[in-house]
Amino acid sequence: MALGDLSSSSTSELHVLAVDDSIVDRKVIERLLRISACKVTTVESGTRALQYLGLDGDKGSSGLKDLKVNLIVTDYSMPGLTGYELLKKIKESSAFREIPVVIMSSENIQPRIEQCMTEGAEDFLLKPVKLADVKRLKELIMRGGEAEQEKTSNLISSPKRILQNNIFFFFIIFFIITIIVIFIV
Amino acid sequence: MLGLGVDRLQADINRLLTSLFHQGVLDEQFLQLQQLQDETSPTFVYDVINIYFDESEKLLRSLRLLLMDREFSDYKKIGLHLNQLVGSSSSIGARRVRNVCVAFRSASELNNRPGCLRGLEVVEHEYHYLKNMMHELFQLEQQRLLAAGVRYPM
Repeated sequence: MALGDLSSSSTSELHVLAVDDSIVDRKVIERLLRISACKVTTVESGTRALQYLGLDGDKGSSGLKDLKVNLIVTDYSMPGLTGYELLKKIKESSAFREIPVVIMSSENIQPRIEQCMTEGAEDFLLKPVKLADVKRLKELIMRGGEAEQEKTSNLISSPKRILQNNIFFFFIIFFIITIIVIFIV
Repeated sequence: MLGLGVDRLQADINRLLTSLFHQGVLDEQFLQLQQLQDETSPTFVYDVINIYFDESEKLLRSLRLLLMDREFSDYKKIGLHLNQLVGSSSSIGARRVRNVCVAFRSASELNNRPGCLRGLEVVEHEYHYLKNMMHELFQLEQQRLLAAGVRYPM
């Protein structure tokens, strides 16, 4: 199991956990993500992924994760825990259900895709995964984060906005009264 | 003098790649791999292809052992090995190897032993052809780097 960068996480870089039983595919997805300026941790099975996240019930293993995981990319067909089963476990956990999960598969099976999307998958990628897929995915995830930030900044500025609106309102009234007074006089 | 050597070798490399694409041995996924290679990962294609060779040879050996056994009946295991071969071949752009593995897999799904034996022979043939071509490509690239005065980390 390849461990990711253990230095403190930078807020601008995504940390991706990639899960695939194929060593060739792990090498390729790792490179695709690294060249797209992501930090990457690769694991070879769903079980290992749960261990890495600290979801396997073993308290001791949660220390392995030094970096927050921003995205999980997993193959669908894996021995043991399938990508779908891993997705379910992640969405069932209160700690990790907010992390977007993307499923990869070499097979374009519509019911399978629907099943994953219904369970809460962020996206479904057909293998072989291309650079364009990863770029698009990264933009989607980053925009999701920005949308979150925008939402909170709107809430924070609303008291200021109300005040601003009120001041504007008073100015108008004052102006109208002034005009009326001048008119009368 | 050095410049001419580099140009000639580059032309040879381009000719080989064009031929391989034309024959359908490689597809656009191989181009994707090349795009992933840069100064930060200068031997990426070479590394991935070698991992692919190691894994594939293990799978092919296992397939041959399974089919050579007179009491063989585990078609499901053959299917699983082939899924892996199909997947990894597709990931590196080895179009022809992938396709013959899919054909082989169909024979295994029908529990057709002679079909499987034939399928394995075809896969082994295509795989070795690909391996020879990749070796030729890497040799040309190494020569080109030497001609350009760069040391290739072999």
